[in-house]
Amino acid sequence: MNEITRMLLFMVSCVLTNNFIFSRFLGCCPFLGVSGKVETAASMGLAVTFVMTIASLFSYMVYHWLLVPLKITFMQTIAFILVIAALVQFVEMFLKKASPSLHGALGIYLPLITTNCAVLGVATLNVSENYNLIYSVLNGAFSAVGFLVAIVLMAGVRERLENAKIPECMKGFPISLVSAGLMAIAFMGFSGLV
Amino acid sequence: MIKILFAVLVLGVLGLGFGLILTFAEKKFRVNVDERIEKVRSCLGGANCGACGYAGCDNFAEAVVKGEAKPNSCPPAGEKGAKEIAAIMGVETSVEEKKVPRVLCSGRAGVAFSRYRYDGYKNCAVADGLAGGPKMCRFSCIGLGDCMDHCVMGAISIVDGLAVIDYDKCISCGECAKHCPRGAIQLMPVSQTVYVNCRNTDNAREAKSVCMSACIGCGRCKRECKYDAIYIENFFAHIDPEKCTRCGACASVCPCTAIKDLINGLPHRPNFY
Repeated sequence: MNEITRMLLFMVSCVLTNNFIFSRFLGCCPFLGVSGKVETAASMGLAVTFVMTIASLFSYMVYHWLLVPLKITFMQTIAFILVIAALVQFVEMFLKKASPSLHGALGIYLPLITTNCAVLGVATLNVSENYNLIYSVLNGAFSAVGFLVAIVLMAGVRERLENAKIPECMKGFPISLVSAGLMAIAFMGFSGLV
Repeated sequence: MIKILFAVLVLGVLGLGFGLILTFAEKKFRVNVDERIEKVRSCLGGANCGACGYAGCDNFAEAVVKGEAKPNSCPPAGEKGAKEIAAIMGVETSVEEKKVPRVLCSGRAGVAFSRYRYDGYKNCAVADGLAGGPKMCRFSCIGLGDCMDHCVMGAISIVDGLAVIDYDKCISCGECAKHCPRGAIQLMPVSQTVYVNCRNTDNAREAKSVCMSACIGCGRCKRECKYDAIYIENFFAHIDPEKCTRCGACASVCPCTAIKDLINGLPHRPNFY
């Protein structure tokens, strides 16, 4: 298998097989909280994609070029949080100036996902799986695409649920959790894919 | 020991570095926001209802400051808000009379005859498409609550198959009027307290065959009116709000109780119906 095939398979496995929400159970908070409408869910997914990609790049650099040479890798979690928080703040300021329309679309979601477990999760996963720089960035980007797919699908389901006849006790959050569970089972079908 | 020192130093330096970068970036990328936008924003209704034609209150405030929108085009802010915004912007504004939505149908259950029992998806537009709706009258309020679904304030409820608006909650955004598939909700000046609570322009026989309370165009109100404010057109009474003095004489004689007088109410007529 040559390198390009390996990369493509890796991307597919990030999106479907190792889907962040349905098989790793990371990022469930925004998945349930912001999946009311397809549009907002898509903005949230895009914001997460954006942040996870650059967060995996920068966390790789901080880990391998700073923490490893100094032999203080036990500080990775704190260092990652620091890097991600600063990065997101910086990106938000930059976007506000450079592209107000993109800032308007990602809006409040950018600062919200600073402390998202999916973002921190991708940084620590990159370390524990020993990915190199390219694979780290790919993992960040395509795991986030998996998140985007999951949250948009969920929002579609929830928009349909609005018009369904649901028993009183199941209305709102319970039915969302049940449908999320069913979707997770469906995603399990991808597990033999790669 | 040296490890702890390294850890503290590295994180300290990282934090300091990021702090400096962020401070620098804040200076470099600062976007100057017109402070009037915030002030205008605080005068608005704040329900993001969309009656102004902009996506939300923030967009409207920005448009006002840019000079694209007029200060008086926020219905929820009303007269008071328009004046405040005009004062902030330093411009003159004309203040239009506040308009409120009125449900122009008195065909509640038992008064309007029904064509069939509707048990489908609760949506007026859908029911309207099914053989002309569950009520016989093609002008009637269908009463499945499309307006209720679009009311951001939750001011509308369905009582006896008719939409009822709670004017204490209503902010006059007009979304209900926009979403009624039949146009049975219309915005009227708030001072117009006497109005024909019906829209049926069919002739008397047809109107009477679909609803007991439909305006049949008999003209008793026209004869009763001392101010010549009523004219009949298409078997339907129209009240000219310019000439009308809100005396309510027309409402008290209407054989169908199709005219509504909000101040005096309907006279008690036990033998009606």
